[in-house]
Amino acid sequence: MLDNVVKSLLKSVADIGDIPVEGAYNIRMDGAGAGRRSTENVVIETKADKPGIDIFVKPFTKNERVHIPVVITKTGLSDTVYNDFFIGEGADVTIVAGCGIHNSGCDSARHDGIHRFFIGKGARLKYVEKHYGEGEGTGERVLNPTTVVDMDENSVCEMETVQIRGVDSTVRETSAALGAGAKLIVTERLMTHGRQTARSNMEVQLNGEGASAQIVSRSVARDSSEQVFYPKAVGNSGCKAHVQCDSIIMDGARIRSIPEISANHPDANIVHEAAIGKINGEQMIKLQTLGLTEAEAETVIIDGFLK
Amino acid sequence: MLELKNVSFSVEDAEIIEDISFTLEDNRFLVITGPNGGGKSTLARLIMGIEKPTGGRIIFNGQDITGLGITERARLGIGYAFQNPPRFKGLTVRGLLSLAHGSDLPEDACCEYLTNVGLCSMEYLNRDVDSSLSGGEVKRIEIATLMAKNLGLAMFDEPEAGIDLWSFKMLVESFRSMSKGRHTSVILISHQERIMELADEVLVVANGKIRSYGTRDEILPKLMGEFDEDCAYAHSS
Repeated sequence: MLDNVVKSLLKSVADIGDIPVEGAYNIRMDGAGAGRRSTENVVIETKADKPGIDIFVKPFTKNERVHIPVVITKTGLSDTVYNDFFIGEGADVTIVAGCGIHNSGCDSARHDGIHRFFIGKGARLKYVEKHYGEGEGTGERVLNPTTVVDMDENSVCEMETVQIRGVDSTVRETSAALGAGAKLIVTERLMTHGRQTARSNMEVQLNGEGASAQIVSRSVARDSSEQVFYPKAVGNSGCKAHVQCDSIIMDGARIRSIPEISANHPDANIVHEAAIGKINGEQMIKLQTLGLTEAEAETVIIDGFLK
Repeated sequence: MLELKNVSFSVEDAEIIEDISFTLEDNRFLVITGPNGGGKSTLARLIMGIEKPTGGRIIFNGQDITGLGITERARLGIGYAFQNPPRFKGLTVRGLLSLAHGSDLPEDACCEYLTNVGLCSMEYLNRDVDSSLSGGEVKRIEIATLMAKNLGLAMFDEPEAGIDLWSFKMLVESFRSMSKGRHTSVILISHQERIMELADEVLVVANGKIRSYGTRDEILPKLMGEFDEDCAYAHSS
């Protein structure tokens, strides 16, 4: 049985309000396993040498969803977990991860998730990760995810990361290595408020011929929060990459955006775009002419931007 | 009914609008025309509340709205389709039309408005109103947002700009039917003779002042001559 705080966290980070009805899952709560199911095609095993799990998806598995949420409800808890995902050749799966922290105490609660993905030939992975914090305590809610992606020939990885509320401090490290014909699509959405800080470092190595990457980062920084983005795309072959960082800055927030592109091959084609600005005044006026108040207009614009 | 009483608007020392007064009765279709930079759009923005007059009063249905903000005026039933509508990341055409309508708009109603502005509705409903749309498409969606509600006063700022000839014909028809029912009064800023022909009244604004104001039949025949004079002046100066 899961209590209501846990159910609400699960809803926020994994779109599930309870134990998933079908599909493989692993729920980690306050630093320990709280439930698991393997299926015929998706096997989840506990690591022998360190905290974490290995997830094996059999080759040519189709249309399966795997949920691996983490919830933390104890103040003062620091949890580090190592999860490795082995996606077999030709498989097509969706993995929903995510971490929710409910901190009602005065000490910090922290989760560092180190995820490594090994995506087989022609396999397709959709990875969704939501981060969320809540709780009336003064203790910080800290999430530091590390994601490493190794992509074999012609594999596809679509990665969506969302952090829009309640995480006080986050340092996100993402790296990916792409084989021939592999395609990586990363969509990162972030909103910080209060005195929160967020940093996202990303390095994509396009190694194989015909590899392609599309990295889109959308963020909103409010109050006195701070954000730093450092996406880097490296072309080592005839490849294509597009890096786009788009931020809305409000109040007394600060944002640094440092996209880096580098090419080590004459057929590498890499583009970056970066923009930071306040909410467009004409958008605000337009929505007000439709009868929305300033606050309502602001909400519509930000919700759309982070959609 | 809309009344402008001695409305002026200046930015620093430049007079953009100088002492403009006119009254638009209910159920009238007014076209505002005149040379570029003459103050037409500023006049519409003053009526919408986007700019605040530096002198004079604006009265709408008997209420002095001079001090009211944009939202309050919108809620009193004034609407304005921009000359250069902004784009929105992550907001769908259907979402925008619903915001304009004030509540979720049924699909068939959205489709009707889009068809009226010459857009194939099913292709557009769930598309974002962002930079993936062309200028002409955004412009038509902007016109559709004003169809999504019944207004006491609907203003359109050069709705024909960026719209191809085929759609233009359809648009003229839409404005023709709009003038008979949907909105109480319509103000349309335009240079197009075909649109001016729909007007009950025509107001010619140049250099921030009213150059002439009257019924369509009074003003239209004189207009071409006036523009010729402007051109002659421009060439000689």
